[in-house]
Amino acid sequence: MNRYPLWKNIFIGLVLFFGLIYTLPNFYGEVPAVQVSSGKATLKLDASLNGTIEQALNDAQIEHTGLFIDANSIRVRVPSTDVQLRAKDAIEKRLNPDPHDPSYVVALNLLSASPNWLTAIHALPMYLGLDLRGGVHFLLQVDMPGAITKRLDATAADLRTLLRDKNVRHAGITRDGNNVVLRFRDAEQRETARKAIAGSTADLQLTDRDDGSDDLKLVATLSQAAQKNIRDFAIKQNITTLHNRINELGVAEPVIQQQGLDRIVVQLPGVQDVAKAKDILGRTATLEVRLVDDTPGALEGALAGSVPLGTELYNERGGSPILVKNQVVLTGDRLTDAQPGFDGQTHEPAVHLTLDAAGSRIFRDVTRENVGKRMAILLIEKGKGEVVTAPVIRTEIGGGRVQISGRMTTQEASDVALLLRAGSLAAPMEIIEERTIGPSLGAENIAKGFHSTLWGFVAIAIFMSVYYMLFGLVSVIALAANLLLLVALLSLLQATLTLPGIAAMALTLGMAIDANVLINERIREELRNGVSPQAAIHAGYERAFDTILDSNITTLIAGIALLVFGSGPVRGFAVVHCLGILTSMFSAILISRMLVNFIYGRRRKVESLSIGQIWKPGN
Amino acid sequence: MEFFRIKKDIPFMRHALVFNIISLITFVLAVFFLATRGLHLSVEFTGGTLVEVTYTQAPELEPIRTALAANGYPDAMVQNFGSARDVLIRLPNRGDLDSAKVSERTMATLQSVGGTPELRRVEFVGPQVGKELASDGAMALLLVIFGIVVYLAMRFEWRFAVSAIIANLHDVVIILGFFAFFQWEFSLPVLAAVLAVLGYSVNESVVVFDRVRETFKKKRNMTTPEVLDHAITSTISRTVITHGSTQMMVLAMLLFGGETLHYFAMALTIGILFGIYSSVLVASPLVMWLGVSREQFIKPKKEKEEAVV
Repeated sequence: MNRYPLWKNIFIGLVLFFGLIYTLPNFYGEVPAVQVSSGKATLKLDASLNGTIEQALNDAQIEHTGLFIDANSIRVRVPSTDVQLRAKDAIEKRLNPDPHDPSYVVALNLLSASPNWLTAIHALPMYLGLDLRGGVHFLLQVDMPGAITKRLDATAADLRTLLRDKNVRHAGITRDGNNVVLRFRDAEQRETARKAIAGSTADLQLTDRDDGSDDLKLVATLSQAAQKNIRDFAIKQNITTLHNRINELGVAEPVIQQQGLDRIVVQLPGVQDVAKAKDILGRTATLEVRLVDDTPGALEGALAGSVPLGTELYNERGGSPILVKNQVVLTGDRLTDAQPGFDGQTHEPAVHLTLDAAGSRIFRDVTRENVGKRMAILLIEKGKGEVVTAPVIRTEIGGGRVQISGRMTTQEASDVALLLRAGSLAAPMEIIEERTIGPSLGAENIAKGFHSTLWGFVAIAIFMSVYYMLFGLVSVIALAANLLLLVALLSLLQATLTLPGIAAMALTLGMAIDANVLINERIREELRNGVSPQAAIHAGYERAFDTILDSNITTLIAGIALLVFGSGPVRGFAVVHCLGILTSMFSAILISRMLVNFIYGRRRKVESLSIGQIWKPGN
Repeated sequence: MEFFRIKKDIPFMRHALVFNIISLITFVLAVFFLATRGLHLSVEFTGGTLVEVTYTQAPELEPIRTALAANGYPDAMVQNFGSARDVLIRLPNRGDLDSAKVSERTMATLQSVGGTPELRRVEFVGPQVGKELASDGAMALLLVIFGIVVYLAMRFEWRFAVSAIIANLHDVVIILGFFAFFQWEFSLPVLAAVLAVLGYSVNESVVVFDRVRETFKKKRNMTTPEVLDHAITSTISRTVITHGSTQMMVLAMLLFGGETLHYFAMALTIGILFGIYSSVLVASPLVMWLGVSREQFIKPKKEKEEAVV
């Protein structure tokens, strides 16, 4: 009765085998590496870049020990930190010929030193949190009321233009809190206005308000759907903008994530210069629309060195130079949205821009006067401009809806839309939480966490082996297997390991031994009652199971509550705690039973169990 | 080796009233200290800025205080942290200052005082975050209580569920009482420890209750207090050994874990010690007062039907 069927043994063996494989990378430590990622939203990494990097390293006679490509970056592993710096220079020189306008971010990073075959099966070391590796953590709050107010101000201006175009007389349009209030002298005008507004936009809800004053009022509020759109748009655009900016910092593995409805988490491992990081996060970029100077010969002249008066020479995205007039037609403030899509007639990929009322008017006038000419859209950041695109104006464009199309793939269209939106922040942001951990503290935290776990484990191992003899040893092996599986699971899931996470690991081990104590005590009790050794093992495991299940589930309930409501350090604790409860059930019950089965299950006759002294009250 | 050589069931329940009175007194004391002294909440809950720096040589704290006060932070708390070379500075949030810039200004001030301050850690928490963390903590606590009561009521009986949760909440309040009395810093990891303790000591009660249920089913001639005594006595060895093992781990954290894990491990230590006491000597008498009896276990099927209605 104390034998597992073969499949069960094989299953446990396989679990342990995979556990070992996925734990392995944690033992290899880290080696220096150079990481290349795209510095521009429109630039994608592809396999051809691999060759370029390899070539650059070969030319500089730098050896590398592996080149890895994933979705967002290419990493080159190098033997030492000296080589790392040289390799970074060589790659930087090759990929970014113009150091003032880098296309790629080349950063120093650390890579696991584990063999390539482990990396190939996605066996990676545990992902260490900022408190263990050092770095900066920011929590940014997006000012949603601000974004809504901004939109309402724009709406008020739009409504003014709309009513003027429709010849509706009003007595003033103002923003009042979260409403736009339109005043009218008589009910007839109000009714006309209501129809005109309802016909032009679905975002506004209109209600009459007559509060005894001379004017009749029409109150426009943003519909729930429109408000939600504004919020979603604001947070997405802010995240995109942050991505672009952080790329410049050359951080190897930045984390930029939405948290809740209106917050963004930014984590920059390894960054110590908080001031610079903050500066970059808070900076603004602008978008400009200008006309292109296509006078024959002017561009050639400018390239030769004599830039015509009133124009500037820029590089168009893709590289070709372009001569742009100094006069700014429109700025990004007038742009309310940019979305990728398709041309209504030709079904070519296109980018749809939406301008606000004032922008639409200017745009209509400018396009009317410049049909057939080219118009450049520039993104200006840190005082440097780049022409994103320079389409030809085909007809007069009114109504504020602008379409850029022609010679674009779907991918390019969505990239341009992204870039146009990414220029500036949709809503202001405020840092509401900041955590900086110096690199020395991070290393110290790892050491402290490691030592706590190690010594705690050793103490338990000694005690268990002395108190329960062979069964104690089995429990210790099961506990070690628990640790192995837990580390493997954390590595596999790439869950962030923090100092509270290490504490949870230690605590989970301390608590996991409970299951084995329960089993061992039960077996002793059965023996005390005079049951035969084999039957005692069987009954001990059987009876203890219910108790183990119940007690683990109650602990798991606490762990899940922490996971749901916890943030930051608490969450790090909860993840490890919950996973640890699961692995401890597996190892304490199945693995220890398998070992006991191997030891006692095969024997015909078992005289006694090595489970320490059994004291009977009768003696 | 066998630590526990118990000949007869120990008559715990005969002294049930005494245990309950002891619990009540500690509980009232804990509540009293919580009410009068309050918890020393960390920056995470109160909002504010915390800057930890380390020097190569132990610095004088007074010049740092004066310099910070001169630079607009008269309410800065400056103290040593761990060793004489490590300095911890706490600054409360104030509406009129750009709070995000506080850490840089503090570092600049420290550099002007002299020595070679090396930045170890900065924590800045805005006022809105702190409030949320406190309410999230309360929500987590409620969820744990609710989840455990529902689970135990399903697996056992509502009497067990209620007594287990009362016994263990009593632990939580006592841990908080300790933190209030000694004015130890109550931070997020401590909160995590408190909730983990809650799950952990319920676990303890479950083991005893499991035995109670089993004994009720097996032995027909025992009275309820006898059953409880028997259940506690036969699990006491496991109780002490398990908690001893867990405490060894926690002790390792207390000794090697450094400042960051210190109060976390402290909360666990108190939780484990009181966990043993409360789950055995508080939960069991409560079950008895609540009127647990054999009939509730003999016809489990009927019980279940009633529970559904």
